[in-house]
Amino acid sequence: MKRFLSSVLVLGLAASGWAQTVRVGLNEDPDILDPVLSRTYVGRIVFASLCDKLFDVSRDLEIIPQLATGYEFADDNLSMTIDIREGVLFHDGTTLDAEAVKYNLDRAKNFPGSNRASEIEQLESVEVVDGDTVRLTLTQPFAPIVAQLADRAGMMVSPTAAEEAGENFGNAPVCAGPFSFVERVAQDRIVVERFPDYWDAESISIEQVIFLPIPDTSVRLANLQAGDLEMIERPAPTDLEAIRSDPNLALPTAPSLGYQGLTINLSNPEPLDTPLATSPQVREALELALDRNVINQAVFNGEYIVGNQPVPPSSAWYNENLPVPERNVEQAQALLQEAGFERVAFEMMVGNDPQSVRLGEVIQALGAEAGFDISLRATEFASALDFQEAGDYEVFQIGWSGRLDPDGNIHQYNTCEGSLNENGYCNEEVDGLLNEARAVVDPAERKALYDAASELYLPNRHIIYLYHQNNFFPHVAALTGFEAYPDGLIRWQGVTLN
Amino acid sequence: MLLFIAKRFLTAIPTLIIVTLMVFGIQRMLPGDPALIIAGEQRDPEVIAYIRQQYRLDDPVPVQYLAWLGQVLRGDLGQSIRTNQPVTQLIWQKLPVTVELALLSMLIAILIALPIGVVSAVRKGTVVDYVGTLFALSGLSLPNFWLGIMLILLFSVQLNLLPASGYVEFSRDPLGNLQRMIMPAFVLGSGLAAVLTRQLRSSMLDVLKQDYVRTAQAKGLLRRRVVLRHALRNALIPVITILGLQMGALLSGAVLTEQVFTIPGFGKLVVDSVFNRDYAVVQGVVLFTSAAYIFINLLVDVAYALLNPRIQVGGGA
Repeated sequence: MKRFLSSVLVLGLAASGWAQTVRVGLNEDPDILDPVLSRTYVGRIVFASLCDKLFDVSRDLEIIPQLATGYEFADDNLSMTIDIREGVLFHDGTTLDAEAVKYNLDRAKNFPGSNRASEIEQLESVEVVDGDTVRLTLTQPFAPIVAQLADRAGMMVSPTAAEEAGENFGNAPVCAGPFSFVERVAQDRIVVERFPDYWDAESISIEQVIFLPIPDTSVRLANLQAGDLEMIERPAPTDLEAIRSDPNLALPTAPSLGYQGLTINLSNPEPLDTPLATSPQVREALELALDRNVINQAVFNGEYIVGNQPVPPSSAWYNENLPVPERNVEQAQALLQEAGFERVAFEMMVGNDPQSVRLGEVIQALGAEAGFDISLRATEFASALDFQEAGDYEVFQIGWSGRLDPDGNIHQYNTCEGSLNENGYCNEEVDGLLNEARAVVDPAERKALYDAASELYLPNRHIIYLYHQNNFFPHVAALTGFEAYPDGLIRWQGVTLN
Repeated sequence: MLLFIAKRFLTAIPTLIIVTLMVFGIQRMLPGDPALIIAGEQRDPEVIAYIRQQYRLDDPVPVQYLAWLGQVLRGDLGQSIRTNQPVTQLIWQKLPVTVELALLSMLIAILIALPIGVVSAVRKGTVVDYVGTLFALSGLSLPNFWLGIMLILLFSVQLNLLPASGYVEFSRDPLGNLQRMIMPAFVLGSGLAAVLTRQLRSSMLDVLKQDYVRTAQAKGLLRRRVVLRHALRNALIPVITILGLQMGALLSGAVLTEQVFTIPGFGKLVVDSVFNRDYAVVQGVVLFTSAAYIFINLLVDVAYALLNPRIQVGGGA
């Protein structure tokens, strides 16, 4: 009853304009709000308000302290110590200490059905050194562990609350972030309010955030224009011009960490006997048939970034020796003939939303000029995943939301046993290089290893990388101090509503 | 009457069993594995195996069905695979929203259809009749999502009179609730009004030709009294049938309208759940709405009897 009354009061205040309330229109309803079980991007947006992590990232993708103040790898890179920030309280008033950090990392590893377990599988054990220091022991050197702890695996929840709620923790999460959970009505709203005892409370001036799932992009934008929302995420690229020309709106942008491309089935579940699967020349011809700039213009109004690698050209991990190739129809035709084909026909699976179908059609038209007869199979997402898993596809237009560490974009797709390798690519030399890149900590050494690997796997073209999305967060001009981040999360530090 | 109601309840049981069998069967015929979707982008094989075991997805379909049926008989509709929330809790969250939207739409439909239907029949062949017909046709032929977006652009973006979408509970903010519900209710109501207007017009025309109407007029009763008291009451019987059927349809959720106006009702819940292969939620909601549909039709039969005593619900008539 008390909670009900306080929410009535808060909503009442919000309606009358007393409180600094920001309403954010989300593209879909988040899944379960438990960091160890969560699996959606939209869920991470909400977590950024609720749950601080051991580490965070800056806008230029540097790892920075959050609930941890620093870390150090041992000389053999088989263990690391993490210093915990002092004086941090969870939303239930309990204290974050080394024991709590150990509890959380053990929970991420062992909770039934944990989606974090595979992200930190190299973590062998966690030891409490003293009240504010933990030591992580690894089964093998694993540089991306720090980046994992700057994501959901590093989110700290209150051990007391987690023990009490068990598998229902996600229905009312208790963390140590700038806002505490108030209520959730499925498919309608998630309400969080400012946590007065937040360790960095001075940086937060927004009193309340209400996340509202509004799946239709036009309706989401109309709400923003009508003043019923202060911010939206993932606007349609075709609406961006209108947003830019509206003096009441602002449009912060950051390139995303992910990519989109064409995944070509080589041997899932058995080696395929198709020109595309058997001949690297045919795959090269397909890449040369495509004009990434035309695709970007025709489908996305030129709002995205063309690319040809798992990381965008602006990334420090991009291999400059392999720039985005230009379209070359003659060369594509010559390659096809060299491989012994006049024309090559294949089926491409695309999403069944209008934008994915349009993307498929543009690829179809570009391919046709060079000798590819592409038929499109527009497929609803759940079914498409099933077909992909079963190997029931030739080419699938899909992407990856991206991870902070390049390992997250590269390893699992390009190693023989990679968990997301659904096209059967396997090159042991690549495996060796990518495994080594995990084990060294020095960025320059890692870059050299990723470059060497990309020179082997990119020319194979089992994935033809096409473009990288931009993260756009249109908001009302009255909201100031907001910055877009490459990881696509909404951070409220320094944001005010005038 | 009581015997009739008892009989109807008993015949509802096999109907509901057939409904559950169909929902269960059709869902499992769809491609798409809930465990794959729940496991998310990362698709960790261990997580997939865990989800399969937890939600018994590896059991044969008949075993899954019987296990679910057993749960239902104990009053437990299961848990959403996506959010872990109990399905009954989701239903109780959505029910007031859907019922309110259905009732408001119906009210708007009746307010539009009653005057237009009656006047069109009484003034058959005049301009009023043609305008009424035109209105009814446009209400039927405008797609809901298009009309919805146009209303949002006009009343929210251009005129800034109403909130563009969303929902607030009536108990929290009565005015805010009505402001948000009026556009979706109008969109749904206008389509329904079109059907009702046409039905009412033709049944009024039939009734107006009846002997008892002529008699009433011959007795010198006022034309208005004859139309409203004698003719309309009888003409309403087929209209009530339609209202009952439409109410059932509205309760199962107005998918597109709820989507456009972001109304968190049954329609949105079911569609999202189908896309996420959240079996338990789809089964639970369909079972619930089917039961509601059967119950409303029973109420319609009872309403017949009250409107026209010549109809006997219990006996052989």
